[in-house]
Amino acid sequence: MEYLPNIIFAVALIVGIGFFARNVKKLSRNIKLGKDVDVSDNKSQRWKNMAKIALGQTKMVVRPIAGIMHVIVYVGFIIINIEVLEIILDGLLGTHRLFSPLGPVYNFLIGSFEILALLVIVAVVVFWIRRNIIRIQRFIKPEMKGWPKTDGNMILYIEFVLMLLFLTMNATDFQLQRIGAEHYVQAGSFPVSQFIVPLFDGLSESSLIFVERTAWWLHILGILAFLNYLYYSKHLHILLAFPNTYYGKIKPQGQFNNLESVTKEVKLMMDPDADPYAAPVEDDAAEPEKFGASDVMDLNWVQLLNAYTCTECGRCTSECPANQTGKKLSPRKIMMDTRDRLEEVGKIMDANKGEFVPDGKQLLGDYISHEELWACTTCNACVEACPVSIDPLSIIVEMRRYLVMEQSAAPTELNNMMSNIENNGAPWPYNQMDRLNWVNE
Amino acid sequence: MSEQLKVKTMQQFMAEGKQPEILFWVGSAGSYDDRAKKISRAFVKLLNKAHVDFAVLGTEESSTGDVAKRAGNEFLFQMQAMMNIELLNGYEIKRIVTCDPHSFNTLKNEYPSLGGNYDVVHHTQYLKELIDDGRLAISGDGYKGKRITFHDPCYLGRANSVFDAPREVLGKTSAELVEMKRHRKTALCCGAGGAQMFKEPEKGDMDINVLRTKDALETNPNIIATACPYCNTMMTDGIKAHEKEDSVTVLDVAELLANAQNL
Repeated sequence: MEYLPNIIFAVALIVGIGFFARNVKKLSRNIKLGKDVDVSDNKSQRWKNMAKIALGQTKMVVRPIAGIMHVIVYVGFIIINIEVLEIILDGLLGTHRLFSPLGPVYNFLIGSFEILALLVIVAVVVFWIRRNIIRIQRFIKPEMKGWPKTDGNMILYIEFVLMLLFLTMNATDFQLQRIGAEHYVQAGSFPVSQFIVPLFDGLSESSLIFVERTAWWLHILGILAFLNYLYYSKHLHILLAFPNTYYGKIKPQGQFNNLESVTKEVKLMMDPDADPYAAPVEDDAAEPEKFGASDVMDLNWVQLLNAYTCTECGRCTSECPANQTGKKLSPRKIMMDTRDRLEEVGKIMDANKGEFVPDGKQLLGDYISHEELWACTTCNACVEACPVSIDPLSIIVEMRRYLVMEQSAAPTELNNMMSNIENNGAPWPYNQMDRLNWVNE
Repeated sequence: MSEQLKVKTMQQFMAEGKQPEILFWVGSAGSYDDRAKKISRAFVKLLNKAHVDFAVLGTEESSTGDVAKRAGNEFLFQMQAMMNIELLNGYEIKRIVTCDPHSFNTLKNEYPSLGGNYDVVHHTQYLKELIDDGRLAISGDGYKGKRITFHDPCYLGRANSVFDAPREVLGKTSAELVEMKRHRKTALCCGAGGAQMFKEPEKGDMDINVLRTKDALETNPNIIATACPYCNTMMTDGIKAHEKEDSVTVLDVAELLANAQNL
């Protein structure tokens, strides 16, 4: 019976991490549904981008208030994980404050965690106020109704409670150290939690131990639960921001990819030696490649990774000229729709032994409307605004390609423009022979 | 209309067995659009003044295909690109300058993988080069006391990180340069990009060019400087929407410079 807590702890840990691993597998399977894309170039630049943008948060602080608050929560998250390591080891080994022999270093660490925890609480409260009291525009756009709103607040509540549990645990521990309770080694400094000690005044040693143990257990179980909440939440960005900034676009923003499948066809058309009546080669008899994207499987895997990385902050949408002028387009919604559809496809695969069975739905039309796609000016403001290198524009363009090349479904005026280019090499119906008239006008 | 411009085509250069210093890619807007034609003319006046040995493709030039690509017609884009590349490579073109940031972007970034490798510069970059090399002297203070605000074209600024060249060129005039709140990387689009120029905007509560012109008007400018024929049209229309066409003019950087020289 003596080892019962250790066993319960080990089981909780294995279940928590095991379940998380299962979700990671599912995540990776879904992302791999995307087409292959070569991102093996410019490795050093990619590492630099990851270090700067994800680790260094350079794009977060473009908006100073949200940015600095975010850095606090982020640093808190990373540093307090050192403490989580100690908690896990204590749990498994049945020790208490295993790292305490570090002496002054330990005191410094615990002290810093406490200050960070307090700062995180302040930041989280400010974030909550921004979302729910001030109601900042980008948090109340139409695509934020329902689950996205609940999710955003849920994350704040969880973080708030976890920090509170951490401080409660320390406060009662401190009190237990003071009254010389057995097992409670004299260790750590408690610059923040000492102020909540008076709350526990007059509690007996056994009650104190009960509160301390409860806080300790809820804290670590809460962390394991939060870890498993990630997959169902926009909060995945805490992990995916790193690969996403690594694989993010490094070419000039204005450079769109040239479709290779099109290049092949155009070269063939322009080749004077090509035999127009030649029978198709065996290889080509296979289904011809689809131009553009109508569903998530037509996108490449970096675009799908983008969708899972999006944390719905809405900076893209707030910078979007179409959105600012009341058009339906919201780059954030493009990313959220892509993820929702991908999740739906994943669920269909789960239900059919890993095979996708067409469900009569697709990303284009069922999630993203033509109107949204045609509102884009391809100005790259959304791409520039994203703090984690997401490229909503590439998805919009891929879907326009499908509309135009597979469905001939461009707005009439654009069809006119394109036939002008075909006929006389300019988007307007002017004679090519008049191209130099401007010189003499 | 005005004095004769000196413009030679590549065909003429070929006939003389010569190569020009640069090829001026006029672009469809610069060739056909009444407002943009004035920009082409102003730029040529500056090239003539600096004695630049340049060529145009004339009737052999054809749309870069940029706007077709942004609209989603990759097929048409690549057809145009490959035709143009065949022509440009046949003439052994090394360096291209253009007044259109959209042509600039696609020639510079999207033509190489299709076989077209050129040193492509925007006309604001080229003008800066001419000034720095002492080939083009900017004199006169026709703009003294005038306030100019520069609108960054998306495909020059954000898309290709060219922010300084147009500002440095404008700085050579005697005007006072004022920045809009959103400028450089965070500049708001004029509303013409992504093939919007050729269609009605989708349903909304405002036109993008009107919003962007509002940004510009907040700086109390006498002149809004542009560096893109499409931005120019959008901002000009925006000024009309704000009923400010009597007090604010929209001019391309090349026009500003040419006017400063009384060209």
